[in-house]
Amino acid sequence: MNLDKPKTRIVEIEPVTRVEGHGKVTIHLDDDNNVAEARLHIVEFRGFERFIRGRLLWEAPVIVQRLCGICPVSHHIAAAKAMDVIVGADALPPTAEKMRRLMHYGQVMQSNVLHFFHLSSPDLLFGFDAPRGKRNIFNVIKEFPDLAKQGVLMRKYGQEVILHTAGKKIHGTGAIPGGINKNLSLQERDLLLQDIEQMKVWAKGAVDVAKRYTLEHLSQVEQFANFNSSHLSLVREDGALDLYHGGLRATDAAGNIIFDHVDYQDFNDYIMEEVRPWSYMKFPFIKSRGALDGWYRVGPLSRLNNVAFIDTPLANAEHKEFRALTHNKPNHMSLAYHWARMIEVLHCVEKIHELLLDPDLQGADLRVSGERREEGVGVIEAPRGSLFHHYKVDKNDQITYCNLIVSTTHNNNGMNRAVTDVAKKYLGGKKRITEGMLNHVEVAVRAYDPCLSCATHALGQMPLTVELFDADGALIHSNSQHMGQDIPPD
Amino acid sequence: MKRKKRIATVSLAGCFGCHMSLLDMDEHILELMELAEFDRSPLTDFKTFSRRCDIGVIEGGCCNEENVHTLQEFRKHCDVLVAVGQCAIMGGLPVMRNAIMHSKDPLRECLEEAYSSSAKVYNPSNQIPNDAALPLLLDKVYTCAEVVKIDYQIPGCPPSGEVLWATLAALIKGEPAPQEYHMIKYD
Repeated sequence: MNLDKPKTRIVEIEPVTRVEGHGKVTIHLDDDNNVAEARLHIVEFRGFERFIRGRLLWEAPVIVQRLCGICPVSHHIAAAKAMDVIVGADALPPTAEKMRRLMHYGQVMQSNVLHFFHLSSPDLLFGFDAPRGKRNIFNVIKEFPDLAKQGVLMRKYGQEVILHTAGKKIHGTGAIPGGINKNLSLQERDLLLQDIEQMKVWAKGAVDVAKRYTLEHLSQVEQFANFNSSHLSLVREDGALDLYHGGLRATDAAGNIIFDHVDYQDFNDYIMEEVRPWSYMKFPFIKSRGALDGWYRVGPLSRLNNVAFIDTPLANAEHKEFRALTHNKPNHMSLAYHWARMIEVLHCVEKIHELLLDPDLQGADLRVSGERREEGVGVIEAPRGSLFHHYKVDKNDQITYCNLIVSTTHNNNGMNRAVTDVAKKYLGGKKRITEGMLNHVEVAVRAYDPCLSCATHALGQMPLTVELFDADGALIHSNSQHMGQDIPPD
Repeated sequence: MKRKKRIATVSLAGCFGCHMSLLDMDEHILELMELAEFDRSPLTDFKTFSRRCDIGVIEGGCCNEENVHTLQEFRKHCDVLVAVGQCAIMGGLPVMRNAIMHSKDPLRECLEEAYSSSAKVYNPSNQIPNDAALPLLLDKVYTCAEVVKIDYQIPGCPPSGEVLWATLAALIKGEPAPQEYHMIKYD
């Protein structure tokens, strides 16, 4: 089908809600109303990679986190890691690395919890077809007050960890090129230790909720945006899950290694980005496999597929169970992202506990430097997946080049497949498109926890629109969720 | 019984951090639910206004035509508009695009930097994204007050959850918004 032909019908969802940022989907129908293809468009653009040029290297970790208010710590640390390379800090003092790790585990915990409880749980608790007015966190608070409160307080705990490591819950300033600007006082440590056991219990409970959902709805989960793909993530030298550091590993749909333990300073030899005219978000692919077949997914699902084990006991036991569902072959189900995400929350809580008991956090050796370089790459496993920051800096410390590949961009192809799959199954061939059917498309996008704020380093937000085209270009059904409507009087 | 106040929220050209800070009011969310209900917001599935709202909370400035349209909709359907955070009030990080040194066309330079063919970008047709589905980018980034009348401003990048809670609670109860020095920060 030639998608350039202006012969299609359109239905729009705009903006997609309960995701971070906005996007737009167009769904192309043939004569029989069957879905030929669906596209997720990113409709805004920020130009960050250009206007960062000329700024001083130490500013980068502070400025770049303003790309995103949901996982600012990830950008903060990825930029700092790139600048570590440039200032020649090849090994950070233990206090610095552990403080950054603590900050990052707090970050992944709060972001994953936020996504599960505040954004996605309404779909899982009330059903994809539940009335629009019901599907939100406020209604979860009303109908499942205990569960909702746990979500609120777990996110709060993650934010408190960030507060005490970065000085501020959102857009703090902990990491600096070559180290960190503070250690953790004993008072701060004791404060955070107070609630850690409770967090562990709740995190385990959250894994159970996600696991139970997956297993009880397995026939749906197995049919809903379940498709083969490669998976990319960092892994530790011994193959363990490591959200802060490691080598790049890519596996194919069957779980075979494509490349392994790649030093991410060389990522350009392995990964390339494709530009398509209909989205500001680029399409990364594995070079050796080409633009067509080289696409892959990242994030909790990919990480749990890629790693051999988790180095904390509770999360490791859950990981084993997660892997057993697909007989240790890669799990490709988009909805299984939720389960994987909660296992990572449990891992983060265990890691935070481990770190809080480590006296290195009270150390005074906060920063190092060494042989100056002109180029550096920082990679971290952000809540949504691998996050790449690449900079070049001149002798005056001014940035001359910047390229960012954010987690959601890596998942661009995966999300496009997901909306196509779900549109085909739930909208294709239908004469009338209901709001509940459209929510299925949003549920598929949500599974990836996309951060569309990050995705294009956008100027703003990206409305998600679903457009349903037929071969004649007529509107199949004007159930647009953004089109003008009368506002009832008070 | 007095009806609950209605709040609508939106993030325009922002990073969502102000919405995150809104959630940082933590347990106060439960109290807020007693006083108010949320209408159009990325936190609900109301994609347009279902009713007239008492308070509209705006995060982010305007970088494209859709942002301008959305902001005008908020002005039309909300009694009080609150601009939250640096982007809404002063443009924030996105305005760095407005003035790139020695450049007559900063927007074009930003687009070329991101999409033009290079060793690292696969773009055989050397096209910058231009699909009809993509809204028109503005020549520069505008603050909210340049587009519509704004009633209140809460500075900060982002303002803390504590400040947002105190301000919203005051507005809901018809009391003056807090102005204590330690709460108002342009950081």
